[in-house]
Amino acid sequence: METKLVSTLEEAIRSVGLKDGMTVSFHHHLRNGDYILNLVMEQVAAMGIRDLTVNASSLFDVHLPLMEHIRSGVVTRLLTDYVSGGIGRHLSQGILEAPVEFRSHGTRATDIASEKTPIDVAFLAVPAADCRGNATGKLGRAACGSLGYAIPDAMYAKKVVLITDTLLPYPLSDWAIPECFVDYVVQVPEIGDPRGILSGTTRITRDPVGLVMAELAAKTIAGSGLLKEGFSFQTGAGGASLAAAAALKKIMEKEHITGSFALGGITGYLVEMLRAGCFRQLMDVQCFDLDAVASIRDDPRHREISAIHYAGPGTRGAVVDSLDVVILGATEIDTNFNVNVHTDSSGCLMGGSGGHTDAAAGAKLTMIIAPLVRARLPIVTDRVTCISTPGDTVDVLVTQRGIAVNPRRPELRQRLLEAGLPVTDIEALKKRAEAIAGIPRPVPRGDRVVAEVLGRDGRVQDQILSLPSDF
Amino acid sequence: MIRSMLFLPGNTPNMLINGDVLGADAVILDLEDAVSPDEKDAARILVRNALSRMGFGCQTVVRVNSLDSGLLDGDLEEIVPQRPTALMLPKTSSREDILETDRRLTALEARLGLPTGSARLIPLLETAAGIENAYAIALASPRILGLFLGAEDLSADLRCKRTKEGREIDYARHRIVMAARAAGVEAFDTPFTDVNDDEGLLADAQYAKSLGFTGKASISPRHVEGINRVFSPTPAEIAYAREVLAVIEEAKRQGKGAISLHGKMVDAPIVNRARQTLDAARALGLSGGE
Repeated sequence: METKLVSTLEEAIRSVGLKDGMTVSFHHHLRNGDYILNLVMEQVAAMGIRDLTVNASSLFDVHLPLMEHIRSGVVTRLLTDYVSGGIGRHLSQGILEAPVEFRSHGTRATDIASEKTPIDVAFLAVPAADCRGNATGKLGRAACGSLGYAIPDAMYAKKVVLITDTLLPYPLSDWAIPECFVDYVVQVPEIGDPRGILSGTTRITRDPVGLVMAELAAKTIAGSGLLKEGFSFQTGAGGASLAAAAALKKIMEKEHITGSFALGGITGYLVEMLRAGCFRQLMDVQCFDLDAVASIRDDPRHREISAIHYAGPGTRGAVVDSLDVVILGATEIDTNFNVNVHTDSSGCLMGGSGGHTDAAAGAKLTMIIAPLVRARLPIVTDRVTCISTPGDTVDVLVTQRGIAVNPRRPELRQRLLEAGLPVTDIEALKKRAEAIAGIPRPVPRGDRVVAEVLGRDGRVQDQILSLPSDF
Repeated sequence: MIRSMLFLPGNTPNMLINGDVLGADAVILDLEDAVSPDEKDAARILVRNALSRMGFGCQTVVRVNSLDSGLLDGDLEEIVPQRPTALMLPKTSSREDILETDRRLTALEARLGLPTGSARLIPLLETAAGIENAYAIALASPRILGLFLGAEDLSADLRCKRTKEGREIDYARHRIVMAARAAGVEAFDTPFTDVNDDEGLLADAQYAKSLGFTGKASISPRHVEGINRVFSPTPAEIAYAREVLAVIEEAKRQGKGAISLHGKMVDAPIVNRARQTLDAARALGLSGGE
């Protein structure tokens, strides 16, 4: 059998014809345990290739060596959906000439598919593959479960190189990426550190304020009228979101409600809800912990979906559009319900939309859950530092001191009031927070645009300014 | 009505600003043991500001420093103008302790233009002498809102080990309830300190309720809900109380002196208890209490 194996990464890079000015792409399923982005970029730099565009679905602190490749001109343009704090600090200091382009996970996928942001070579870390390029995330020493974010890259990149540390006999069964999309397969000793692959935030919070908010969030969902047979749900992996899922599970079990599906990044807690009969199916674009990885491998009700199927705007069908409820976080929310998840309170990049904007756009009830005051600062502001998710897609803000409903949803406000919930308005919450913490002074900003946030409609939704030079 | 009281250290802003959303009927903002000596003045200012600006959605008790600490006058100066529900006075051991505190409060109230006696007191009984003098303490001033048992310091004073079962504080519990009820004030039980033992907490709270305590303190927000549940009238108790009042009405209408319910004589103590149950239910907004 003719294989697609090449013996070194260098050979693969030569074979695909990577040249100055091209675009390379990476996925983030190995999160902070990923070795592959650094390995590829080091090799590319050693081969003297320059002026590349990197399109990475997310970047973590493990990818800090990329900052050196930016400084040396190997990389001159960056497209991503999320950056960790360490990466964000460098980008906020303005190390790139061209602003970083931020998209949501869904928008990244459709822009790749439509060739709005074409990819010349996708370098895809895969936990297990065969010699012809069938690949899965469910097996191998660095198993990460779903490869949902890698699938659009595999389907639409001009050239695809798989990099794995686990070669299995052909044909590998239950692939996420089929051989028909793959040009070369490279074996390396290790694609990543399994400890870094797991997200650090997949435990139910013990913080009493978080639990109060979680309880209120679950009651809000019940009070909205959406919690009935066939209910569909998405939540983040943060401690308070998980606690909200736990509170929701209690209500669903008590009232014998079977939901249709839970969507998005999947944690062990959602797996537990599946097993408890709260949902018929999990639709998994990314696994957050080992329980989720084991479940997607062993349980046919736990399905892998691509980023396009998950959240692609303007496609013939994205699952987010069938979502009833999503619970999301925020670093800031303003009185128009715009949400910031890109920067911290000093304006420094430390996040990104990921699927936040997609799920908010799709869900019938988009709930932001956040403490009213965080690290001395009111969570509600007049204008967020950055509009990550537009306010017209956000329905309620749940805090420990009450629920604010977007004035665009008067019928929802009425329902929640009838359910006896502590409904207030967002201005009142802002005043309450300011009474406790005071009104924060405006944070000084630099004058360069270091990032542009693109909306799901493709337009520039907001810009992020550099940090002041003395920051 | 105070079923649950949650201790919050007076020097941690994040706990102070969220203390009233955790479900406790009262928070105890602590200036005493939770605060190290070098942070006493900072905690005092923080608690003062929290009381003046936060608009707590629950009752507020401030545990000030004891009479012999040298810090009490400074505490009273800052805290009394903020009008908390009550001041908790640690290490109260005698009637004289209350009289002395009362004298200082009266002077302060006069200077601040506050009505005399507006600052209420919850003596913390945590010495052997305090337990023995409980009744005299409870009667020492109309400012007394209730007596509070402090088991940790008490067991040190008794030179015994503090156990989860709590046999060593059994006498103190009985004594405090008896003294408080005799003086017509409330009785509050000591916290259950194993924050991870939810069943132990419930058993301990149920025991305290069975002795006659009004409520119980907690050092962990995790325990608040359980304490509230234990010290609230149950739906069955509310239903029974309503039946009692209904048969009494009926007896009055028929001009009968004695009446029985479910084969048991309904007499004055039973009627009183039924009224207390319904009053409590009404105060807590529990259904069935109307």
